[in-house]
Amino acid sequence: MKLEQAEGMTLWRRLYGANPLHLLAVIGCFALSGYVVSMLWDDPTWPALLIWFVGAVIGHDLILYPLYALADQPTVLARWARRRYVRDRPVLVPAINHLRAPVLGSAVLGLIYLPTITRHGEDAFRFTAGLDMAGIYRHWLLITAGLFLGSAVIYAIRLGRAARRTTRPTDQA
Amino acid sequence: MTGPGAPQFDGGSTTTPETSRVTGGDTSDEDPTPGRPGGVRTAPEPAYGFPRPLFRTLARIPVPPPFHPRTWRSPLRGTWLTSVFGAVLLIGLPIVILTGLMSYIAYGPQFGQAIPGDVGGLHLPFFDWPAGPSWFYRLTQGLHVVGGMVLTPIVLAKLWSVVPKLFAWPPVTSLAQLLERISLLALVGGILFEFVTGLMNSQYDYSWGFGFYPAHYYGAWVFIAGFVSHVIIKLPTMLRALRSGPHGTGAFARWLHDSPAQTEPEPMDSHGLAPLDPNRPTLSRRGLLGLVGGGSVLVGVFSIGQTWDTLRPLALLSPRGQSYGDGPNDFQINRTLAGSGVNPAALGDGWRLRLTGGSSEVSLSRADLARMPQHTAVLPIACVEGWSTTRTWSGVRLRDLAALAGVPDPDNAFVQSVETAGAFARATLQGNQVLAEDALLALRVGDDDGGPMADLSDDHGYPARVIVPALPGVHNTKWVASIDFRRRRT
Repeated sequence: MKLEQAEGMTLWRRLYGANPLHLLAVIGCFALSGYVVSMLWDDPTWPALLIWFVGAVIGHDLILYPLYALADQPTVLARWARRRYVRDRPVLVPAINHLRAPVLGSAVLGLIYLPTITRHGEDAFRFTAGLDMAGIYRHWLLITAGLFLGSAVIYAIRLGRAARRTTRPTDQA
Repeated sequence: MTGPGAPQFDGGSTTTPETSRVTGGDTSDEDPTPGRPGGVRTAPEPAYGFPRPLFRTLARIPVPPPFHPRTWRSPLRGTWLTSVFGAVLLIGLPIVILTGLMSYIAYGPQFGQAIPGDVGGLHLPFFDWPAGPSWFYRLTQGLHVVGGMVLTPIVLAKLWSVVPKLFAWPPVTSLAQLLERISLLALVGGILFEFVTGLMNSQYDYSWGFGFYPAHYYGAWVFIAGFVSHVIIKLPTMLRALRSGPHGTGAFARWLHDSPAQTEPEPMDSHGLAPLDPNRPTLSRRGLLGLVGGGSVLVGVFSIGQTWDTLRPLALLSPRGQSYGDGPNDFQINRTLAGSGVNPAALGDGWRLRLTGGSSEVSLSRADLARMPQHTAVLPIACVEGWSTTRTWSGVRLRDLAALAGVPDPDNAFVQSVETAGAFARATLQGNQVLAEDALLALRVGDDDGGPMADLSDDHGYPARVIVPALPGVHNTKWVASIDFRRRRT
């Protein structure tokens, strides 16, 4: 009896590709999503909802992600080129992450606060709160400057320490 | 994102997809690549479902990047790394989800004033929102909004870590995977939709063409559908990966201690996240986790100030980090008098507060209110958009007004503003909110530090506004015209 069950399970896995719990979970997901869709069935704004839902996925997976993956390529290419052409001088402290960290910090703040930095919500905000968003992009520039300069200072300190550690005789060798 | 023809960053050999097919065990005759971390790597053949020959045939079709597995070069991607991000989100996202659903209850769905109105079964069990502790809504909504912002870098990192799966070839390997990929649309679409709409709404960018509240609420339930089923399916994988650690040794400390040079790629497994052809690492695992966590801290530092008065100067990027510079009335406004469409003349000496619900109507001028016993309370006002601030308020207790109206123990109270146009020109308060010790019809306001008090400014609801502990900001009605105290049904 136990053996038959095990065989049945193997057959099920071979046909379906996962255990039965998997099927229960995805059907549960579809049913709940279907229920939500049914609640929105008569909503006249459904085309906009659909566009923004699908657009969010396309915007991230096919636009935002390739952009930041490509943005990282020059740094990787530079490392490759350095290794290829400047083999004789070892790198004291790799610079790459001192570049990546401020870029990512500035980018994630810029992304999260994009409507404020670009003043896209300003009209509604003025109506609601009586204030504008005029100077806020400057704050973002300042923070960006702080991140890059901070990273540069840390890089310089690390570079100085590494240079002191590398004694002159070894340098000449 | 590097194609097969691009330079291979180990300064060594270039292999083409044809010489190292990815299907099971075909590559064992290839020489180990010197200098390449992990040597020659082969992907295990996926457990194809029915019909197996179809999937096998599909897998043999040569595909260009980004579908070819050599596209994904990061030496850090792998089941363990994704599990670390997953574990953080497994703790963080339920907090954001629950506090969001609680906010719906805080709006008072029993009075038809939560938006969207009829949500069928899509809600937490209904309960009377508590009228204390006073910081309760400030906490839940602060966690919802600032928590969502802080989790954004982790969500992005998690999506980065699984991107090879999006372009995996063959696109499905079984019926199970087909269904799961469809369900991932609810998960990924849901979370991106929720984060985009939430972030835009908190910054007054309404360029969608739909109403925020219903979209964010129903979008949340699509996300919940995807999230719960994803957790059910992937939790065992996550726990196994976290327990097993580097190459099954369980030694996380070692893995996190590795410098970039020591960092070895995760072994390839059936989950298809670890790279077939990794670049030389430029960042350690510790470094990557530090970068992502640092991003979260950075976002937190510049966001927490909108809901924490002491740190307000740090809210440099938030529209709500700004000051009005007008003393006791210097705090955030969510509806200006100009925006409300109220005729300022209606708020002058002729203004009267009408109290109904008892045997006869009571009408009070502002001077009448000022002559009644005044109560002072230090209460936060917390907006659904995530900002909040603590102020000192003084005015007449709502329970005193209820008694004056002849309904000392009301079931609820309907507050109407002089404003008529906006969605929040009126609000119904629960009985516990009317009777709360510190629930006020405020006339005056000051900072939270014992500074001077002043009459409410026009924009803050002069002549009188409601302030109730733990109530969502917009339900603290400004420019109050009337309060109808409703008796309990016996």
